[in-house]
Amino acid sequence: MKGPSKPPSPAKVSRSLSDYVYDPKTRGLVLQALVALLLVWFVGSIIENTIRNLEAQGIASGFDFLDNTAGFDISQTLIAYTNTMTYARAFLVGLLNTLLVAVVGIFLATIVGFGIGIARLSGNWLVATLASVYIETLRNIPPLLMLFAVYFGVLKTLPSPRDSLELPLSSYLNTRGLYFPAPIWGDGTWLFLLGLVAGLGGVVLLYFRARRKFILTGQAPSVAVPAAGLIIGLPLVAFVAAGSPLAFEYPVAGRFNLKGGLVVQPEFIALLAGLTLYTAAFIAEIVRSGILAVHKGQREAAAALGLHQGQIMRLVVIPQALRVIIPPLTNQYLNLTKNSSLAVAIGYPDLVSVFAGTVLNQTNQAVEVILITMSVYLLLSLLTSLFMNWFNARVALVER
Amino acid sequence: MAVNSEPRKGPPQRNSIGIAQWVQENLFGSVGNSILTLFGLSFSVWLVWSVVDWAILRAVFTGSDGSACRIEGAGACWPFVVHKFQLFMYGRYPVEEIWRVNLTYVLALAGLIPLMLPGIPGKLWLSIYMLVVFPVIAFFLLTGAEWFGLPNVETEKWGGLLVTLVVACVGIAASFPLGIILALARRSELPLIKWLAIFFIEFVRGVPLVTVLFFASVMLPLFLPENVTFDKLLRALIGVALFSAAYLAEVVRGGLQAIPRGQFEAADALGLGYPQKMGFIVLPQALKLVIPGIVNSFIALFKDTSLVLIIGVFDLLGIVQQGISSDAKWFSPQTAATGYVFAAFVFWLFCFGMSRYSAWLETRLDTGHKN
Amino acid sequence: MRYWVAGCLALLTAMSQLAGQAGAQTTSTLDTVKARGQLQCGVNTGLAGFSAPDDAGTWKGLDVDVCRAISAAIFKDTSKIKFVPLTAKERFTALQSGEIDVLSRNTTWTMSRDTAAGLSFAGINYYDGQGFMVKKSLDVVSAKELSGASICVQTGTTTELNLADYFRSNKIEYDPVVFEKLPEVLAAYNAGRCDAFTTDVSQLYSIRLTLGNAADHIVLPEIISKEPLGPVVRQGDAQWGNIVRWTLNAMINAEELAVTQANVDQMKNSKNPEIRRLLGLEGEYGKAVGLDADWAYQILKLVGNYGESFDRNVGAGSPLGIARGQNALWKDGGLQYAPPIR
Repeated sequence: MKGPSKPPSPAKVSRSLSDYVYDPKTRGLVLQALVALLLVWFVGSIIENTIRNLEAQGIASGFDFLDNTAGFDISQTLIAYTNTMTYARAFLVGLLNTLLVAVVGIFLATIVGFGIGIARLSGNWLVATLASVYIETLRNIPPLLMLFAVYFGVLKTLPSPRDSLELPLSSYLNTRGLYFPAPIWGDGTWLFLLGLVAGLGGVVLLYFRARRKFILTGQAPSVAVPAAGLIIGLPLVAFVAAGSPLAFEYPVAGRFNLKGGLVVQPEFIALLAGLTLYTAAFIAEIVRSGILAVHKGQREAAAALGLHQGQIMRLVVIPQALRVIIPPLTNQYLNLTKNSSLAVAIGYPDLVSVFAGTVLNQTNQAVEVILITMSVYLLLSLLTSLFMNWFNARVALVER
Repeated sequence: MAVNSEPRKGPPQRNSIGIAQWVQENLFGSVGNSILTLFGLSFSVWLVWSVVDWAILRAVFTGSDGSACRIEGAGACWPFVVHKFQLFMYGRYPVEEIWRVNLTYVLALAGLIPLMLPGIPGKLWLSIYMLVVFPVIAFFLLTGAEWFGLPNVETEKWGGLLVTLVVACVGIAASFPLGIILALARRSELPLIKWLAIFFIEFVRGVPLVTVLFFASVMLPLFLPENVTFDKLLRALIGVALFSAAYLAEVVRGGLQAIPRGQFEAADALGLGYPQKMGFIVLPQALKLVIPGIVNSFIALFKDTSLVLIIGVFDLLGIVQQGISSDAKWFSPQTAATGYVFAAFVFWLFCFGMSRYSAWLETRLDTGHKN
Repeated sequence: MRYWVAGCLALLTAMSQLAGQAGAQTTSTLDTVKARGQLQCGVNTGLAGFSAPDDAGTWKGLDVDVCRAISAAIFKDTSKIKFVPLTAKERFTALQSGEIDVLSRNTTWTMSRDTAAGLSFAGINYYDGQGFMVKKSLDVVSAKELSGASICVQTGTTTELNLADYFRSNKIEYDPVVFEKLPEVLAAYNAGRCDAFTTDVSQLYSIRLTLGNAADHIVLPEIISKEPLGPVVRQGDAQWGNIVRWTLNAMINAEELAVTQANVDQMKNSKNPEIRRLLGLEGEYGKAVGLDADWAYQILKLVGNYGESFDRNVGAGSPLGIARGQNALWKDGGLQYAPPIR
């Protein structure tokens, strides 16, 4: 591992063997060649052994199994799935479930984490103490136990399907999940979507105009009312114009469960809550140290400018704290994604549960299944890292 | 983190202000504050009451099987934990040999405590003891040494907290040299080595430990030549050590980056070779900086050991789950909750202790740096 | 430089030596076990009544007794066993790679397992089948009424598939909730997450115990699959397969002949030729499988007959209280029928 730290040696007339031995460049090359050889030998022997073992044990290899019929059912499917579909489809269902819980979890954990991190610094002694008790408890128990506690806590508090809790808008809550009416879109939906897109575009336009005005004149025009008008009014008009192309399928009581409608399963709620609460404890600590890292003078200066407490936090402290917060925050996002693999313990059909669990058990093709699973997580991690690096570069200190 | 770094926190200073004033300032300063306080207060009372009610008031304390806990409205089933305590702590380690485990703990503490506390001399010798002498003694004490009159105890008899501690400690100790090598390799100027290190670190950090352990349990036997098998605990240890090496490498890299360039250049100027430069100048400074990070990695690993259950090795959580699910004698509606609460408490005790130590160390190192 | 080269060479040699340990293990399993002085037996990581450590950490159960009986037949001692707890995923790999000598882990005997994967089943020590348990208050009397119900299931090799097959062939819709471990399935069922719970019937009975008031739950009459569970050995070692098969047969025959752990010594005086053959007093049946003549005597003395093992682990003498049912002897209307020793 010798770097070429010596200055380049002057040209020599002749070099003896010892010159080569003590030349850092040669050493580096030889070392790398050796490592490469070792690696090739190592990987080669692993592959050879694996092939021989697989043959001896009569285990099929290759990725053909993905086209076979899965034959098992999955409780939560974001895309159409029945047990007559293929393993590849089951894989996709599991992957989407993992993505769903990871994305929503990251979003919620960030909000809760920031909230608790700020509460930890609150002037209210009780609030600050509760926040630190929360952080110190959750950070120090295994996430698996956290998931159990949340899941069975959720199940215990919810009513049975026979006496479901009735919520507004024909929604129901019971141990089988949160039921709400499923929208069924009819003809002319495109007009409504068009209205929605136009409304959103209008709001973005409005925001940029207001921002330009703010930068130029220092006055911040209120955009709330026109924005609300655009985003609600425009689609509404389009909706009516298209002849209200929307019907609802309402959940109705069956013999065992409510039937029909959309349902959010308790496993999803529990996994989401568990991961959110657990990760939030870590994010809170990161946020706290980030905020403490902002120099006191910044707050004092902001206060001297006449900003009130909320503005100081939002406009002065947090933007600066973000620079300290983002890199460790990325790690927490990755951890949350990886911890979502504990889902199988509480019955949520994520990628590990469906693919590295049931599919692996049925096909016995451990090598392929685990390779695919690992690659997926690796890809997710890389994408998250790339995004966060991009975001980090945006908020990084621009020195003028 | 240290309370004294933030003003207006913690109990009042007696001499300056009275209790009433402190309460008024810190709890009921404004309307919003008062609402928060009342809300927090009622939440705390509810929480404490539920815990006391379940764990003490409605709990069952005596009984030799689960029948006592099967009554309606019973709280925690403590006899389950009492009767299984030895199993939870040592697994199926033979009763007459348990002194060996305890002796190992004592020997570890005898080395660790003076090492962890500042101001006790002889750190070098203590480090040598902990890194070289102790592991050898512990290995023979735990696994057995027939030539010394200690009967062999196979690792499949180990379990519970013993396995949790062994996996976490060996995992972190074994990953330490590997982590340093990886960190150095990642900063190497040799492209092949650098990219190999980056690939390994990012690969391992990108996948969940569950898949690494699957890998160790299901795939490792396939990679080996026929009829070559090795110990399950060893398999778990290899998986865990490789996993934590990648994390440790990043911690160490942070420390390496914090060493000013001048140090490298000065070492070069002295004519030191790469091993001397790193071994005598850079690493000692870098490692001292990253001790809190190492402790934090250790905490994370300690919590993650529960995943070794999937390869049939029973750590604390695993053996509690085994007791809950498979000992028909103890079946009752509250057995699971009791076992899990007990496991959570033990995990919390260890992790909280370590995280306090790490925080304390951080403030100490911090001040040391500024002076 | 020299050190680097020397180091790398040393590493290479060490690794090739490690790899060199492979192969050349064609000796019989019995010889290997005897030389090792220990039987390596793969068991479940924890399944009530079949294999689980008790409070003192001793492995107990119906499957564990099979291991103990084999050890008794070989070593005249039930403690010379290394129990290797295995998950469903690793059990066959462990057997094939030689990590264990026999797999006694509630494994269902299927054609694909018996033929393709290099495994060989050595008998059936428990006839099981998948069934359903529901809350009595739901007024369900047949699994066919479970249309639209939520069903809790433990992820495994066949349970999920049987469930899907059964409902598909009966054209009933259902809502599966899949867990990894039993305690969670149970807790979820108990908390009302599911209307029904499905697993092997043997377990359904034991599970009722964990639910507080067992009378509130009923097991439905439908058995939707055949699950003959038995010990497994590697293919290709006929002698070893015979030892395992006849160990189990000896236990079943002993029950039929009313030879028990308590009376086995008196039975040595028996005039019944069948008993005399079983206990090694007539003929050289032990020798044929490479064991001593008193191999079956040791099994019965140290472990007991099949009925005793059943009774104390899963039957009336255990907290599970499972009825003999299909596992009764053929004379009593069950399926347990061992070929005679003669």
